[in-house]
Amino acid sequence: MSLRATPRENGGATIVDMSGRITLGEGSALLREMVRDLLGKGQKKIILNLADVNYIDSSGIGELVSGFTTVKNQGGELKLLHLTNKVRDLLQITKLYTVFDVHSDEQAAIRSF
Amino acid sequence: MLSVHGLVPQPHGRMTAETKRIEVTLETLLDSVALAEEISLRIAEAAGFDEDERHKIGMSVREAVINAFQYGNEERREKKIRAVFELTPAKMVVHIEDQGRGFRLEDVPNPLAEENLLKTSGRGIFLMRSFMDEFDVRRGREGGAEIVMAKHFRPQRQPNSQPQSAHEKEERP
Repeated sequence: MSLRATPRENGGATIVDMSGRITLGEGSALLREMVRDLLGKGQKKIILNLADVNYIDSSGIGELVSGFTTVKNQGGELKLLHLTNKVRDLLQITKLYTVFDVHSDEQAAIRSF
Repeated sequence: MLSVHGLVPQPHGRMTAETKRIEVTLETLLDSVALAEEISLRIAEAAGFDEDERHKIGMSVREAVINAFQYGNEERREKKIRAVFELTPAKMVVHIEDQGRGFRLEDVPNPLAEENLLKTSGRGIFLMRSFMDEFDVRRGREGGAEIVMAKHFRPQRQPNSQPQSAHEKEERP
């Protein structure tokens, strides 16, 4: 299943609803382009909604980290919302769960900027 | 649809005493990553691994082939990736061999180290080691890297069986 990413605005932040797999190839490239595109438009409060993302490989993890640092370096913040169990486990074993700002409530995520 | 010849789904999760082996030669292409993962998932399903175990096996095979594709064969299409899947009575063993220059496990940086946490690559080996019961990297027949990893069959519990004693557990693989 390829990755789909649909951005929307809510409370001054951009929520990107993602579904599918973030893996080497198209999935990672789409995420990279999406973050670059949002930053290009001056949108620096970005929340990736991963509710429908059940699978991320090491390349996808790398792309999340890249997005996190790229946004941070431009004075913004990239947060994660609604992790599935598999993705949460993956971020925990790679010690990235505490690096990312992870939320389970969209409004709380928006308020945290 | 991909079929895995010679393997019959085992409803109770136990393979026969016979060892079964499938060898596949893959081109150094991005599509080979998904193909190898799919083959491993079919074999793991036929062998009776549960959903969580299949996920870990499939992802480990994906990571091993990504490693061969990107770092071993350096995305050179003329080089090949050899994938071998074996089912023994105790475990599923996977070999992924590339035609690169090989590498030593001790030279792979720890992705959990503070200075490596925000690196965008270098987590594949760690994930394979985390997800599989056995993991090693050897020098392949042609000088490249051969990743060898295995997932053990868990002891099966019957619906009305008593919990196993520690002694029984020790005898299991």
